[in-house]
Amino acid sequence: MGSLLQIVFDALALGSLYALAALGIALIFGVMRLVNFAHGDVIAFSVFALLWPSVDAVAIVFAGNLPWFLLIPFALAIGAGLSVLSEIVVFRRFRRANPATMMIASFALGFVIRYFLLMLFSSRPKSISLLPALSQPVEIFGARIPLLQLITIVVTIAVLFGLIAFLRRTRFGLEMRAAAENFTMARMLGVRANRVIMGAFALSGALAAAIALILGSQTGTANIMMGANVMLMAFIATVIGGMGSLAGAVLAGFLLGAVATVMQVILPPDARAFRDAFVYGAVILVLIFRPQGLLSARGTKERV
Amino acid sequence: MSHLHADKVSVAFAGLRALSEVDLTVSPGQIVGLIGPNGAGKTTLVNVLTGFQTPTEGAVRLDGQPLSNLKPHELRRRGIARTFQGGRLFRDLPVIDNLEVTGVGLGLSRAAAIAEATAMLDWVGIAPLANRIAGTLPYTDERRVAIGRALMGKPAFVLLDEPAAGMSAAEAQDLSALIRRIAGEMGCGVLLIEHNVGLVLDLCHHIVVLDSGAVIETGDPTAIRASERVRHAYMGTAADTHLPVLEVSA
Repeated sequence: MGSLLQIVFDALALGSLYALAALGIALIFGVMRLVNFAHGDVIAFSVFALLWPSVDAVAIVFAGNLPWFLLIPFALAIGAGLSVLSEIVVFRRFRRANPATMMIASFALGFVIRYFLLMLFSSRPKSISLLPALSQPVEIFGARIPLLQLITIVVTIAVLFGLIAFLRRTRFGLEMRAAAENFTMARMLGVRANRVIMGAFALSGALAAAIALILGSQTGTANIMMGANVMLMAFIATVIGGMGSLAGAVLAGFLLGAVATVMQVILPPDARAFRDAFVYGAVILVLIFRPQGLLSARGTKERV
Repeated sequence: MSHLHADKVSVAFAGLRALSEVDLTVSPGQIVGLIGPNGAGKTTLVNVLTGFQTPTEGAVRLDGQPLSNLKPHELRRRGIARTFQGGRLFRDLPVIDNLEVTGVGLGLSRAAAIAEATAMLDWVGIAPLANRIAGTLPYTDERRVAIGRALMGKPAFVLLDEPAAGMSAAEAQDLSALIRRIAGEMGCGVLLIEHNVGLVLDLCHHIVVLDSGAVIETGDPTAIRASERVRHAYMGTAADTHLPVLEVSA
Protein backbone atom coordinates (compact mmCIF):
# COMPACT_ATOMS: atom_id res chain seq x y z
CA MET A 1 0.00 0.00 0.00
CA GLY A 2 2.74 2.41 1.00
CA SER A 3 4.82 1.64 -2.06
CA LEU A 4 1.84 1.91 -4.41
CA LEU A 5 1.05 5.32 -2.96
CA GLN A 6 4.69 6.20 -3.42
CA ILE A 7 4.44 5.34 -7.11
CA VAL A 8 1.29 7.43 -7.48
CA PHE A 9 2.98 10.44 -5.93
CA ASP A 10 6.10 9.93 -8.03
CA ALA A 11 3.97 9.80 -11.15
CA LEU A 12 1.96 12.86 -10.19
CA ALA A 13 5.04 14.88 -9.28
CA LEU A 14 6.89 14.01 -12.47
CA GLY A 15 3.73 14.54 -14.50
CA SER A 16 3.24 17.94 -12.86
CA LEU A 17 6.66 19.02 -13.98
CA TYR A 18 6.01 17.90 -17.55
CA ALA A 19 2.54 19.46 -17.50
CA LEU A 20 3.83 22.85 -16.35
CA ALA A 21 6.50 22.81 -19.03
CA ALA A 22 4.09 21.63 -21.72
CA LEU A 23 1.70 24.40 -20.75
CA GLY A 24 4.48 26.95 -21.24
CA ILE A 25 5.08 25.65 -24.75
CA ALA A 26 1.41 25.27 -25.67
CA LEU A 27 0.55 28.83 -24.54
CA ILE A 28 3.01 30.32 -27.00
CA PHE A 29 2.23 27.84 -29.74
CA GLY A 30 -1.44 28.71 -29.34
CA VAL A 31 -1.08 32.41 -30.04
CA MET A 32 1.72 32.40 -32.58
CA ARG A 33 2.32 28.87 -33.91
CA LEU A 34 5.84 28.96 -32.53
CA VAL A 35 7.40 25.91 -30.90
CA ASN A 36 9.74 27.67 -28.52
CA PHE A 37 12.76 25.43 -28.11
CA ALA A 38 14.46 28.09 -26.00
CA HIS A 39 12.00 27.22 -23.21
CA GLY A 40 14.41 24.74 -21.62
CA ASP A 41 17.14 27.35 -21.55
CA VAL A 42 14.81 29.84 -19.89
CA ILE A 43 14.41 27.21 -17.17
CA ALA A 44 18.19 26.94 -16.70
CA PHE A 45 18.61 30.71 -16.82
CA SER A 46 16.04 31.18 -14.07
CA VAL A 47 18.12 29.02 -11.72
CA PHE A 48 21.43 30.63 -12.59
CA ALA A 49 19.95 34.08 -12.11
CA LEU A 50 19.88 33.21 -8.42
CA LEU A 51 23.68 32.79 -8.35
CA TRP A 52 26.68 35.04 -8.73
CA PRO A 53 28.77 34.34 -11.85
CA SER A 54 31.65 31.99 -10.99
CA VAL A 55 33.22 28.83 -12.35
CA ASP A 56 33.52 27.15 -8.92
CA ALA A 57 31.84 23.84 -8.19
CA VAL A 58 29.96 25.29 -5.25
CA ALA A 59 27.57 28.00 -6.23
CA ILE A 60 27.92 31.46 -4.76
CA VAL A 61 24.36 32.13 -3.97
CA PHE A 62 22.97 35.58 -4.48
CA ALA A 63 19.20 35.85 -4.61
CA GLY A 64 18.93 32.15 -3.72
CA ASN A 65 19.31 33.05 -0.05
CA LEU A 66 16.24 35.23 0.01
CA PRO A 67 13.33 34.03 2.12
CA TRP A 68 10.87 32.02 0.05
CA PHE A 69 8.26 34.76 -0.19
CA LEU A 70 10.82 36.96 -1.95
CA LEU A 71 12.73 34.20 -3.74
CA ILE A 72 9.71 32.81 -5.57
CA PRO A 73 8.43 36.12 -7.01
CA PHE A 74 12.00 37.07 -7.89
CA ALA A 75 12.55 33.86 -9.85
CA LEU A 76 9.16 34.11 -11.57
CA ALA A 77 9.92 37.68 -12.57
CA ILE A 78 13.29 36.62 -14.00
CA GLY A 79 11.68 33.87 -16.10
CA ALA A 80 8.85 36.11 -17.29
CA GLY A 81 11.27 38.96 -18.00
CA LEU A 82 13.66 36.85 -20.06
CA SER A 83 10.78 35.33 -21.96
CA VAL A 84 9.21 38.72 -22.78
CA LEU A 85 12.63 40.04 -23.74
CA SER A 86 13.10 37.14 -26.17
CA GLU A 87 9.78 38.03 -27.80
CA ILE A 88 10.72 41.70 -28.14
CA VAL A 89 14.28 41.14 -29.30
CA VAL A 90 13.87 38.00 -31.40
CA PHE A 91 10.41 36.61 -32.13
CA ARG A 92 8.67 39.89 -32.95
CA ARG A 93 10.87 40.12 -36.01
CA PHE A 94 9.59 36.74 -37.20
CA ARG A 95 5.88 37.56 -36.88
CA ARG A 96 5.25 36.92 -40.57
CA ALA A 97 7.77 34.11 -40.98
CA ASN A 98 6.66 30.52 -41.39
CA PRO A 99 6.63 28.22 -38.36
CA ALA A 100 9.82 26.39 -39.35
CA THR A 101 11.77 29.64 -39.50
CA MET A 102 10.46 30.68 -36.09
CA MET A 103 11.37 27.30 -34.67
CA ILE A 104 14.95 27.62 -35.92
CA ALA A 105 15.11 31.12 -34.44
CA SER A 106 14.05 29.62 -31.11
CA PHE A 107 16.85 27.03 -31.33
CA ALA A 108 19.32 29.82 -32.00
CA LEU A 109 18.00 31.83 -29.07
CA GLY A 110 18.31 28.73 -26.86
CA PHE A 111 21.97 28.38 -27.83
CA VAL A 112 22.62 32.05 -27.12
CA ILE A 113 21.14 31.73 -23.63
CA ARG A 114 22.97 28.47 -22.96
CA TYR A 115 26.37 29.78 -24.08
CA PHE A 116 25.86 32.98 -22.16
CA LEU A 117 25.43 30.83 -19.03
CA LEU A 118 28.40 28.69 -20.06
CA MET A 119 30.55 31.80 -20.32
CA LEU A 120 29.62 33.03 -16.84
CA PHE A 121 29.33 29.75 -14.96
CA SER A 122 31.23 27.06 -16.96
CA SER A 123 29.61 23.78 -17.91
CA ARG A 124 30.34 22.17 -14.52
CA PRO A 125 27.19 21.45 -12.53
CA LYS A 126 27.10 23.40 -9.28
CA SER A 127 25.63 22.26 -6.03
CA ILE A 128 23.09 24.66 -4.66
CA SER A 129 20.70 24.48 -1.81
CA LEU A 130 17.42 26.10 -2.72
CA LEU A 131 14.55 26.01 -0.25
CA PRO A 132 16.24 23.20 1.80
CA ALA A 133 13.26 22.86 4.13
CA LEU A 134 11.36 21.18 1.29
CA SER A 135 13.49 18.05 1.13
CA GLN A 136 12.07 16.68 4.40
CA PRO A 137 9.73 13.77 3.92
CA VAL A 138 6.20 13.71 5.23
CA GLU A 139 4.37 10.54 6.07
CA ILE A 140 1.01 9.88 4.38
CA PHE A 141 -0.71 6.53 4.94
CA GLY A 142 2.60 4.84 5.55
CA ALA A 143 4.33 6.26 2.50
CA ARG A 144 7.17 8.71 2.95
CA ILE A 145 6.61 11.48 0.45
CA PRO A 146 9.14 14.30 0.07
CA LEU A 147 7.46 17.59 0.96
CA LEU A 148 8.70 19.03 -2.33
CA GLN A 149 6.76 16.39 -4.27
CA LEU A 150 3.58 17.34 -2.47
CA ILE A 151 4.22 21.02 -3.09
CA THR A 152 4.96 20.38 -6.77
CA ILE A 153 1.63 18.63 -7.19
CA VAL A 154 -0.31 21.24 -5.23
CA VAL A 155 1.38 24.12 -7.05
CA THR A 156 0.65 22.55 -10.43
CA ILE A 157 -3.00 22.04 -9.60
CA ALA A 158 -3.22 25.60 -8.28
CA VAL A 159 -1.55 26.92 -11.45
CA LEU A 160 -3.98 24.97 -13.62
CA PHE A 161 -7.04 26.30 -11.82
CA GLY A 162 -5.55 29.78 -11.75
CA LEU A 163 -4.94 29.65 -15.48
CA ILE A 164 -8.44 28.40 -16.20
CA ALA A 165 -9.90 31.24 -14.14
CA PHE A 166 -7.60 33.71 -15.84
CA LEU A 167 -8.56 32.56 -19.33
CA ARG A 168 -12.28 32.43 -18.54
CA ARG A 169 -12.77 35.44 -16.33
CA THR A 170 -10.44 38.17 -17.45
CA ARG A 171 -10.54 40.39 -20.47
CA PHE A 172 -6.98 39.46 -21.28
CA GLY A 173 -7.83 35.77 -21.07
CA LEU A 174 -10.73 36.25 -23.47
CA GLU A 175 -8.47 38.00 -25.95
CA MET A 176 -5.93 35.23 -25.58
CA ARG A 177 -8.45 32.47 -26.26
CA ALA A 178 -9.70 34.26 -29.35
CA ALA A 179 -6.17 34.94 -30.58
CA ALA A 180 -5.16 31.34 -29.98
CA GLU A 181 -7.99 30.11 -32.13
CA ASN A 182 -7.77 32.55 -35.01
CA PHE A 183 -5.06 35.12 -34.62
CA THR A 184 -5.82 36.98 -37.85
CA MET A 185 -9.52 37.31 -37.10
CA ALA A 186 -8.85 38.41 -33.51
CA ARG A 187 -6.50 41.05 -34.77
CA MET A 188 -9.07 42.27 -37.29
CA LEU A 189 -11.58 42.66 -34.51
CA GLY A 190 -9.19 44.93 -32.67
CA VAL A 191 -7.65 42.50 -30.18
CA ARG A 192 -4.26 43.95 -29.27
CA ALA A 193 -2.06 41.28 -30.77
CA ASN A 194 1.30 42.35 -29.40
CA ARG A 195 -0.02 42.60 -25.88
CA VAL A 196 -1.62 39.18 -26.07
CA ILE A 197 1.59 37.64 -27.35
CA MET A 198 3.67 39.37 -24.68
CA GLY A 199 1.24 38.11 -22.07
CA ALA A 200 1.63 34.57 -23.36
CA PHE A 201 5.41 34.89 -23.21
CA ALA A 202 5.29 36.31 -19.68
CA LEU A 203 3.08 33.45 -18.47
CA SER A 204 5.24 30.90 -20.24
CA GLY A 205 8.43 32.36 -18.74
CA ALA A 206 6.94 32.39 -15.25
CA LEU A 207 6.01 28.73 -15.68
CA ALA A 208 9.61 28.00 -16.76
CA ALA A 209 10.86 29.70 -13.60
CA ALA A 210 8.47 27.66 -11.45
CA ILE A 211 9.94 24.50 -13.01
CA ALA A 212 13.42 25.89 -12.39
CA LEU A 213 12.67 26.33 -8.68
CA ILE A 214 11.26 22.81 -8.42
CA LEU A 215 14.14 21.20 -10.34
CA GLY A 216 16.75 23.20 -8.45
CA SER A 217 15.33 22.21 -5.08
CA GLN A 218 14.83 18.61 -6.15
CA THR A 219 18.28 17.92 -7.58
CA GLY A 220 20.33 20.36 -5.50
CA THR A 221 22.34 21.24 -8.59
CA ALA A 222 22.40 23.97 -11.16
CA ASN A 223 23.41 22.75 -14.58
CA ILE A 224 23.24 24.71 -17.82
CA MET A 225 21.60 21.69 -19.46
CA MET A 226 19.05 21.18 -16.70
CA GLY A 227 16.09 22.32 -18.81
CA ALA A 228 16.83 20.13 -21.80
CA ASN A 229 15.19 16.91 -20.69
CA VAL A 230 12.07 18.61 -19.35
CA MET A 231 11.84 20.66 -22.53
CA LEU A 232 11.99 17.52 -24.68
CA MET A 233 9.33 15.75 -22.63
CA ALA A 234 7.18 18.86 -22.61
CA PHE A 235 7.45 19.21 -26.36
CA ILE A 236 6.39 15.59 -26.75
CA ALA A 237 3.50 16.25 -24.39
CA THR A 238 2.30 19.19 -26.49
CA VAL A 239 2.51 17.04 -29.62
CA ILE A 240 0.57 14.10 -28.26
CA GLY A 241 -1.80 16.47 -26.48
CA GLY A 242 -2.64 18.07 -29.83
CA MET A 243 -0.54 21.12 -30.63
CA GLY A 244 -2.02 24.27 -29.14
CA SER A 245 -4.54 22.54 -26.92
CA LEU A 246 -3.80 23.61 -23.35
CA ALA A 247 -5.90 20.87 -21.80
CA GLY A 248 -4.27 18.31 -24.09
CA ALA A 249 -0.79 19.48 -23.14
CA VAL A 250 -1.55 19.15 -19.43
CA LEU A 251 -3.21 15.77 -19.84
CA ALA A 252 -0.34 14.44 -21.93
CA GLY A 253 2.20 15.84 -19.46
CA PHE A 254 0.63 13.87 -16.63
CA LEU A 255 0.31 10.82 -18.87
CA LEU A 256 4.02 10.93 -19.75
CA GLY A 257 4.93 11.31 -16.08
CA ALA A 258 2.79 8.30 -15.24
CA VAL A 259 4.17 6.17 -18.07
CA ALA A 260 7.76 7.03 -17.16
CA THR A 261 7.17 6.23 -13.47
CA VAL A 262 5.39 2.98 -14.19
CA MET A 263 8.09 1.90 -16.63
CA GLN A 264 10.66 2.58 -13.93
CA VAL A 265 8.83 0.10 -11.71
CA ILE A 266 7.77 -2.65 -14.07
CA LEU A 267 10.74 -2.84 -16.41
CA PRO A 268 13.29 -5.52 -15.51
CA PRO A 269 16.23 -3.90 -13.66
CA ASP A 270 18.58 -4.35 -16.61
CA ALA A 271 16.21 -2.44 -18.91
CA ARG A 272 15.54 0.46 -16.55
CA ALA A 273 18.43 2.46 -17.92
CA PHE A 274 16.53 2.51 -21.19
CA ARG A 275 13.31 3.75 -19.64
CA ASP A 276 13.07 6.81 -21.86
CA ALA A 277 13.42 4.66 -24.97
CA PHE A 278 10.29 2.78 -23.88
CA VAL A 279 8.50 6.04 -23.14
CA TYR A 280 9.33 7.41 -26.60
CA GLY A 281 8.23 4.08 -28.08
CA ALA A 282 4.85 4.54 -26.40
CA VAL A 283 4.69 8.07 -27.82
CA ILE A 284 5.25 6.72 -31.34
CA LEU A 285 2.42 4.25 -30.78
CA VAL A 286 0.08 7.04 -29.70
CA LEU A 287 0.96 9.11 -32.75
CA ILE A 288 0.37 6.17 -35.10
CA PHE A 289 -3.20 5.88 -33.86
CA ARG A 290 -3.89 9.58 -33.23
CA PRO A 291 -1.55 11.61 -35.41
CA GLN A 292 -3.53 14.77 -34.62
CA GLY A 293 -2.87 14.32 -30.91
CA LEU A 294 -5.19 13.35 -28.09
CA LEU A 295 -7.18 16.59 -28.01
CA SER A 296 -6.40 18.29 -31.27
CA ALA A 297 -6.69 22.04 -31.49
CA ARG A 298 -8.15 23.55 -34.60
CA GLY A 299 -6.19 25.63 -37.02
CA THR A 300 -2.70 24.26 -36.52
CA LYS A 301 -2.19 24.17 -40.25
CA GLU A 302 -3.95 27.17 -41.66
CA ARG A 303 -3.58 30.61 -40.18
CA VAL A 304 -5.51 32.32 -42.99
CA MET B 1 -25.42 62.70 -42.75
CA SER B 2 -22.62 60.20 -43.14
CA HIS B 3 -21.95 58.17 -46.24
CA LEU B 4 -19.61 55.33 -47.06
CA HIS B 5 -18.36 55.92 -50.54
CA ALA B 6 -16.14 53.99 -52.93
CA ASP B 7 -14.74 56.72 -55.14
CA LYS B 8 -13.55 55.44 -58.55
CA VAL B 9 -11.91 52.42 -56.93
CA SER B 10 -9.63 50.28 -59.07
CA VAL B 11 -7.73 47.22 -57.98
CA ALA B 12 -5.17 45.40 -60.10
CA PHE B 13 -3.60 42.09 -59.13
CA ALA B 14 -0.33 41.65 -61.04
CA GLY B 15 -1.69 43.62 -63.97
CA LEU B 16 -5.05 41.86 -63.93
CA ARG B 17 -7.82 44.36 -63.28
CA ALA B 18 -10.13 43.04 -60.58
CA LEU B 19 -12.02 46.32 -60.22
CA SER B 20 -12.03 49.33 -62.50
CA GLU B 21 -13.29 52.72 -61.41
CA VAL B 22 -16.09 51.41 -59.26
CA ASP B 23 -18.36 53.98 -57.62
CA LEU B 24 -20.70 52.99 -54.83
CA THR B 25 -22.34 54.84 -51.97
CA VAL B 26 -24.10 53.50 -48.88
CA SER B 27 -26.14 55.84 -46.68
CA PRO B 28 -27.44 55.26 -43.15
CA GLY B 29 -30.61 53.21 -42.99
CA GLN B 30 -30.25 52.21 -46.62
CA ILE B 31 -29.87 48.64 -47.92
CA VAL B 32 -27.68 48.54 -51.00
CA GLY B 33 -27.36 45.30 -52.94
CA LEU B 34 -24.20 44.28 -54.72
CA ILE B 35 -24.72 41.53 -57.27
CA GLY B 36 -22.89 40.10 -60.21
CA PRO B 37 -21.70 36.79 -61.62
CA ASN B 38 -18.90 34.82 -59.96
CA GLY B 39 -15.57 36.58 -60.25
CA ALA B 40 -17.19 39.96 -60.85
CA GLY B 41 -15.16 41.52 -58.01
CA LYS B 42 -17.85 41.77 -55.31
CA THR B 43 -15.74 40.44 -52.45
CA THR B 44 -12.73 42.46 -53.67
CA LEU B 45 -14.87 45.59 -53.37
CA VAL B 46 -15.94 44.62 -49.85
CA ASN B 47 -12.28 44.02 -49.00
CA VAL B 48 -11.42 47.50 -50.24
CA LEU B 49 -14.26 49.11 -48.28
CA THR B 50 -13.17 47.40 -45.05
CA GLY B 51 -9.43 47.93 -45.33
CA PHE B 52 -8.45 44.38 -46.27
CA GLN B 53 -7.34 45.46 -49.70
CA THR B 54 -5.63 48.71 -50.66
CA PRO B 55 -7.06 50.14 -53.87
CA THR B 56 -4.59 50.60 -56.72
CA GLU B 57 -6.41 53.79 -57.64
CA GLY B 58 -9.29 55.70 -56.15
CA ALA B 59 -10.25 55.93 -52.50
CA VAL B 60 -12.76 54.92 -49.88
CA ARG B 61 -14.36 57.89 -48.19
CA LEU B 62 -16.35 58.20 -45.00
CA ASP B 63 -18.26 61.50 -44.87
CA GLY B 64 -16.07 62.67 -47.72
CA GLN B 65 -12.84 62.02 -45.81
CA PRO B 66 -10.50 59.52 -47.51
CA LEU B 67 -9.73 56.43 -45.43
CA SER B 68 -6.42 55.52 -46.95
CA ASN B 69 -4.02 53.08 -45.33
CA LEU B 70 -6.28 52.32 -42.39
CA LYS B 71 -6.17 48.76 -41.12
CA PRO B 72 -9.36 46.67 -40.84
CA HIS B 73 -9.58 47.12 -37.06
CA GLU B 74 -9.18 50.89 -37.41
CA LEU B 75 -12.03 51.02 -39.91
CA ARG B 76 -14.03 48.79 -37.58
CA ARG B 77 -13.55 51.33 -34.83
CA ARG B 78 -14.79 54.04 -37.16
CA GLY B 79 -17.99 52.11 -37.67
CA ILE B 80 -17.43 49.99 -40.78
CA ALA B 81 -18.11 46.36 -39.92
CA ARG B 82 -18.41 43.25 -42.03
CA THR B 83 -19.19 39.57 -42.03
CA PHE B 84 -17.30 36.97 -44.01
CA GLN B 85 -18.34 34.21 -46.36
CA GLY B 86 -18.70 31.09 -44.26
CA GLY B 87 -19.00 33.02 -40.99
CA ARG B 88 -15.42 32.70 -39.74
CA LEU B 89 -16.44 32.53 -36.09
CA PHE B 90 -14.17 31.51 -33.23
CA ARG B 91 -15.50 27.99 -33.42
CA ASP B 92 -14.10 26.74 -30.11
CA LEU B 93 -15.46 29.69 -28.14
CA PRO B 94 -18.98 30.02 -26.77
CA VAL B 95 -21.32 32.24 -28.81
CA ILE B 96 -21.33 34.99 -26.19
CA ASP B 97 -17.53 35.10 -26.16
CA ASN B 98 -17.48 35.59 -29.92
CA LEU B 99 -19.41 38.83 -29.46
CA GLU B 100 -17.72 39.78 -26.23
CA VAL B 101 -14.20 39.65 -27.66
CA THR B 102 -15.36 42.00 -30.41
CA GLY B 103 -16.62 44.44 -27.79
CA VAL B 104 -13.32 44.19 -25.94
CA GLY B 105 -11.46 44.67 -29.24
CA LEU B 106 -13.46 47.86 -29.76
CA GLY B 107 -12.21 49.12 -26.43
CA LEU B 108 -15.09 48.29 -24.11
CA SER B 109 -14.48 47.02 -20.59
CA ARG B 110 -15.23 43.35 -20.02
CA ALA B 111 -18.44 44.12 -18.15
CA ALA B 112 -19.66 46.52 -20.83
CA ALA B 113 -18.77 44.00 -23.53
CA ILE B 114 -20.75 41.25 -21.74
CA ALA B 115 -23.73 43.56 -21.35
CA GLU B 116 -23.74 44.58 -24.99
CA ALA B 117 -23.13 41.02 -26.22
CA THR B 118 -26.08 39.77 -24.18
CA ALA B 119 -28.34 42.51 -25.49
CA MET B 120 -27.16 41.89 -29.05
CA LEU B 121 -27.84 38.14 -28.92
CA ASP B 122 -31.31 38.97 -27.75
CA TRP B 123 -31.73 41.53 -30.54
CA VAL B 124 -30.75 39.09 -33.31
CA GLY B 125 -32.95 36.46 -31.70
CA ILE B 126 -30.49 33.87 -30.45
CA ALA B 127 -30.29 34.66 -26.73
CA PRO B 128 -30.79 30.99 -25.72
CA LEU B 129 -27.64 30.01 -27.64
CA ALA B 130 -25.33 32.28 -25.63
CA ASN B 131 -23.38 29.48 -24.01
CA ARG B 132 -23.26 27.05 -26.93
CA ILE B 133 -19.86 26.45 -28.52
CA ALA B 134 -20.00 28.38 -31.80
CA GLY B 135 -18.64 25.49 -33.88
CA THR B 136 -21.58 23.26 -32.92
CA LEU B 137 -24.31 25.55 -34.30
CA PRO B 138 -26.29 24.91 -37.49
CA TYR B 139 -25.23 27.36 -40.18
CA THR B 140 -28.37 29.50 -40.00
CA ASP B 141 -27.60 30.28 -36.36
CA GLU B 142 -23.93 30.65 -37.18
CA ARG B 143 -24.81 33.43 -39.64
CA ARG B 144 -26.82 35.20 -36.95
CA VAL B 145 -23.86 35.01 -34.59
CA ALA B 146 -21.64 36.44 -37.33
CA ILE B 147 -24.12 39.26 -37.92
CA GLY B 148 -24.42 39.90 -34.18
CA ARG B 149 -20.64 40.03 -33.94
CA ALA B 150 -20.52 42.56 -36.79
CA LEU B 151 -23.16 44.73 -35.08
CA MET B 152 -21.26 45.01 -31.79
CA GLY B 153 -20.42 48.63 -31.07
CA LYS B 154 -23.34 49.82 -33.25
CA PRO B 155 -21.39 50.38 -36.48
CA ALA B 156 -22.70 53.00 -38.90
CA PHE B 157 -22.24 50.55 -41.79
CA VAL B 158 -22.27 46.80 -42.06
CA LEU B 159 -21.20 44.79 -45.10
CA LEU B 160 -22.75 41.33 -45.35
CA ASP B 161 -20.89 38.93 -47.62
CA GLU B 162 -23.30 36.25 -48.86
CA PRO B 163 -25.26 35.84 -45.64
CA ALA B 164 -27.95 33.71 -47.31
CA ALA B 165 -25.65 31.24 -49.06
CA GLY B 166 -27.06 27.74 -48.79
CA MET B 167 -30.26 28.84 -47.04
CA SER B 168 -33.73 27.57 -47.90
CA ALA B 169 -36.40 30.06 -48.97
CA ALA B 170 -37.91 30.14 -45.47
CA GLU B 171 -34.53 30.64 -43.82
CA ALA B 172 -33.73 33.42 -46.30
CA GLN B 173 -37.03 35.10 -45.37
CA ASP B 174 -36.01 35.15 -41.68
CA LEU B 175 -32.68 36.61 -42.67
CA SER B 176 -34.39 39.30 -44.79
CA ALA B 177 -36.45 40.33 -41.80
CA LEU B 178 -33.29 40.66 -39.71
CA ILE B 179 -31.53 42.73 -42.37
CA ARG B 180 -34.55 45.06 -42.62
CA ARG B 181 -34.39 45.57 -38.87
CA ILE B 182 -30.66 46.33 -39.04
CA ALA B 183 -31.37 49.17 -41.48
CA GLY B 184 -34.69 50.22 -39.98
CA GLU B 185 -34.21 49.94 -36.23
CA MET B 186 -30.47 50.51 -35.97
CA GLY B 187 -30.29 53.00 -38.80
CA CYS B 188 -27.29 51.11 -40.08
CA GLY B 189 -26.27 51.39 -43.73
CA VAL B 190 -26.19 47.85 -45.15
CA LEU B 191 -24.25 46.63 -48.16
CA LEU B 192 -25.58 43.19 -49.09
CA ILE B 193 -23.57 40.90 -51.34
CA GLU B 194 -25.71 37.97 -52.39
CA HIS B 195 -26.02 35.32 -55.05
CA ASN B 196 -29.69 35.01 -54.27
CA VAL B 197 -30.78 37.74 -56.63
CA GLY B 198 -34.41 37.36 -55.68
CA LEU B 199 -33.57 38.20 -52.09
CA VAL B 200 -31.62 41.27 -53.20
CA LEU B 201 -34.41 42.53 -55.45
CA ASP B 202 -36.88 42.01 -52.65
CA LEU B 203 -34.84 43.70 -49.96
CA CYS B 204 -32.67 46.46 -51.37
CA HIS B 205 -33.42 50.10 -51.97
CA HIS B 206 -30.64 50.43 -54.45
CA ILE B 207 -28.65 47.84 -56.39
CA VAL B 208 -25.24 47.91 -58.01
CA VAL B 209 -24.39 45.24 -60.57
CA LEU B 210 -20.76 44.33 -61.15
CA ASP B 211 -19.41 42.34 -64.05
CA SER B 212 -15.73 41.71 -64.75
CA GLY B 213 -14.76 44.36 -62.23
CA ALA B 214 -16.87 47.19 -63.62
CA VAL B 215 -20.27 48.58 -62.65
CA ILE B 216 -22.60 47.67 -65.49
CA GLU B 217 -25.85 48.88 -63.96
CA THR B 218 -27.21 50.71 -60.95
CA GLY B 219 -30.72 51.53 -59.91
CA ASP B 220 -33.72 50.44 -57.91
CA PRO B 221 -35.02 46.85 -58.13
CA THR B 222 -37.47 47.72 -60.91
CA ALA B 223 -34.73 49.21 -63.04
CA ILE B 224 -32.44 46.24 -62.44
CA ARG B 225 -35.21 43.78 -63.29
CA ALA B 226 -35.75 45.57 -66.58
CA SER B 227 -32.09 46.00 -67.47
CA GLU B 228 -30.91 44.45 -70.70
CA ARG B 229 -27.27 44.62 -69.61
CA VAL B 230 -27.91 42.72 -66.38
CA ARG B 231 -29.77 40.09 -68.31
CA HIS B 232 -26.83 39.82 -70.66
CA ALA B 233 -24.27 39.52 -67.89
CA TYR B 234 -26.19 36.79 -66.15
CA MET B 235 -27.33 34.82 -69.17
CA GLY B 236 -24.38 35.41 -71.43
CA THR B 237 -26.77 36.54 -74.21
CA ALA B 238 -28.96 39.54 -74.78
CA ALA B 239 -31.76 37.09 -75.37
CA ASP B 240 -35.36 37.72 -74.83
CA THR B 241 -38.00 37.68 -72.25
CA HIS B 242 -37.47 35.22 -69.47
CA LEU B 243 -34.93 35.69 -66.71
CA PRO B 244 -35.06 32.73 -64.36
CA VAL B 245 -32.13 33.84 -62.20
CA LEU B 246 -33.81 37.08 -61.34
CA GLU B 247 -37.00 35.46 -60.18
CA VAL B 248 -35.73 33.06 -57.55
CA SER B 249 -37.94 33.38 -54.46
CA ALA B 250 -38.66 37.03 -55.26
